[in-house]
Amino acid sequence: MTINNSTAKKLKDDFPIFKNNKNLVYLDNAATTQKPKVVIEKIKEFYENSNANASRGIYSLAEKATEEYEKARKIAADFIDASSEEIIFTKNATDSINSIAYSLESAIPNGRDEILLTEMEHHSNLIPWQQLAKRKNMKLRFIKIKSDFTLDMEDAKSKITEKTAIVSFVHVSNALGTLNDAKAIANLAKTKNAFSIIDATQSVPHMKVDVKNIDCDFLVFSSHKMLGPAGIGILYGKKELLEKIPPFSFGGGMIKSVSYENAEFAELPEKFEAGTQNIADASALGEAIRYLEKIGIENISSWEKQLLGYALEKLKKMKGVEIYNPGIENSSGIISFNIKGIHPHDAASLFDSFGIAVRAGHHCCMPLMKKLGLQGTIRISFYLYNAFEDIDKLIEAIKKIKEKFGK
Amino acid sequence: MTDENFPSEMYREHILELYKSPENCGELKNATHRHTETNASCGDEITMQLVVNGGKIADVKFCGSGCVMSVVSSSMLSSKIKGMKVEDAKKLSREDIIKMLKINVNAGRIKCVVLPLYAVKNALK
Ligand SMILES: Cc1ncc(COP(=O)(O)O)c(C=O)c1O
Repeated sequence: MTINNSTAKKLKDDFPIFKNNKNLVYLDNAATTQKPKVVIEKIKEFYENSNANASRGIYSLAEKATEEYEKARKIAADFIDASSEEIIFTKNATDSINSIAYSLESAIPNGRDEILLTEMEHHSNLIPWQQLAKRKNMKLRFIKIKSDFTLDMEDAKSKITEKTAIVSFVHVSNALGTLNDAKAIANLAKTKNAFSIIDATQSVPHMKVDVKNIDCDFLVFSSHKMLGPAGIGILYGKKELLEKIPPFSFGGGMIKSVSYENAEFAELPEKFEAGTQNIADASALGEAIRYLEKIGIENISSWEKQLLGYALEKLKKMKGVEIYNPGIENSSGIISFNIKGIHPHDAASLFDSFGIAVRAGHHCCMPLMKKLGLQGTIRISFYLYNAFEDIDKLIEAIKKIKEKFGK
Repeated sequence: MTDENFPSEMYREHILELYKSPENCGELKNATHRHTETNASCGDEITMQLVVNGGKIADVKFCGSGCVMSVVSSSMLSSKIKGMKVEDAKKLSREDIIKMLKINVNAGRIKCVVLPLYAVKNALK
């Protein structure tokens, strides 16, 4: 279904939050997205009809729970062109990155002592690697960003070498909107035999991401940023790699056989899923993906592009508004900006008085903000249910804020 | 456009006036105590400079950069503690700050208004 302004407004009807908050203008989708009724109902439905511990009991209710869980895994796998064994359920993208940072530790070949990230990483794709670097006495390096807020691919080429063990990078920057060329960077890593890891937290919810085509080793994302519940995330890994590397979390559910002294680990994906899993939220994530697929992820991308173009054009015309965005060709539906003379936190409080939800601050990218010489920014981010009117209201609010607060 | 709440309860006239021309803002060359406090979530940075003499705060100035809330709070707090006994200044609490501001501070902005308080407390440590 192609989305236009009137269908976008209609889509809001699928989301109870908009019924319960009549004047809400929700422009903070990069932080978390709203949930459609079908997703909320799915959680209730699971606990009312299918609740049991998955992969444990052998009674029919437990089988129903297992089925729900595995169905969700299959839906997530199909969504990014992976196979079910390659999909590990985690808590969120952060948890996925932490797990892989531990599991890869023993797989790093001798003589490779560099971890390469970009200057635009979210703290979630920075701190786990800082910690690994400390444990293993490795060096962190960063691919530079250019003055147009895109990644410097020449710098990437020069920094991916025989010394590089890991290249972990953000697909879409949550602070700038920049869409990085994941395939090209993964390919550079591959030619030098380095592991490639993609933080796809801001891309998978908004565009077609195909792990086969990108050909990365690992890829992570969070359910709550794609209409699903919080508390569930995905770690994708290439099967042959997941088979090779050790698990990081140990206990029930991830073993084949156990003696007092030893344990043999289960096959994929159970090997990486110790302890009782978040079955209800996994199945609700499955429902969220179904909802996205029904509309069509490409349709969502193209609608967000229209919103992006509309908003950029209006913002650019405003005096005293400084925009930090790589331009429509290179950006996802995220715009960071500042209003001259107004602190981003004040701006966010003032937008709130109009019922407009935006994010303000460093967006978990403190080193990036420092590099750009910014205290922080105001960030707006779109999703399928946003319409031109949401942007119009934002622009109106900026005018009023400027009138009242411009020093 | 619903703007009956604009500019929100927090941004009362007395707050905005003070923000436009804050008191006690600048360098204090002869400061005996100083501390810079930063708010990691937004990069605000407030430095409190105090002249302590005979157990009393004889003079105060603040400098740095911040949002309306942190600047106004710094300005008011500086006036409030000028002439105060060090022991009393050390006892000031979050609640005292909110009372001093005479506004309802949104939960998300408490961190902004207590920034100068922690700068004072750490300066006096
Ligand atoms: C680019 C990016 N990576 C990672 C994360 C972390 O996601 P989560 O908090 O769901 O683990 C976020 C969330 O803001 C993000 O935007």
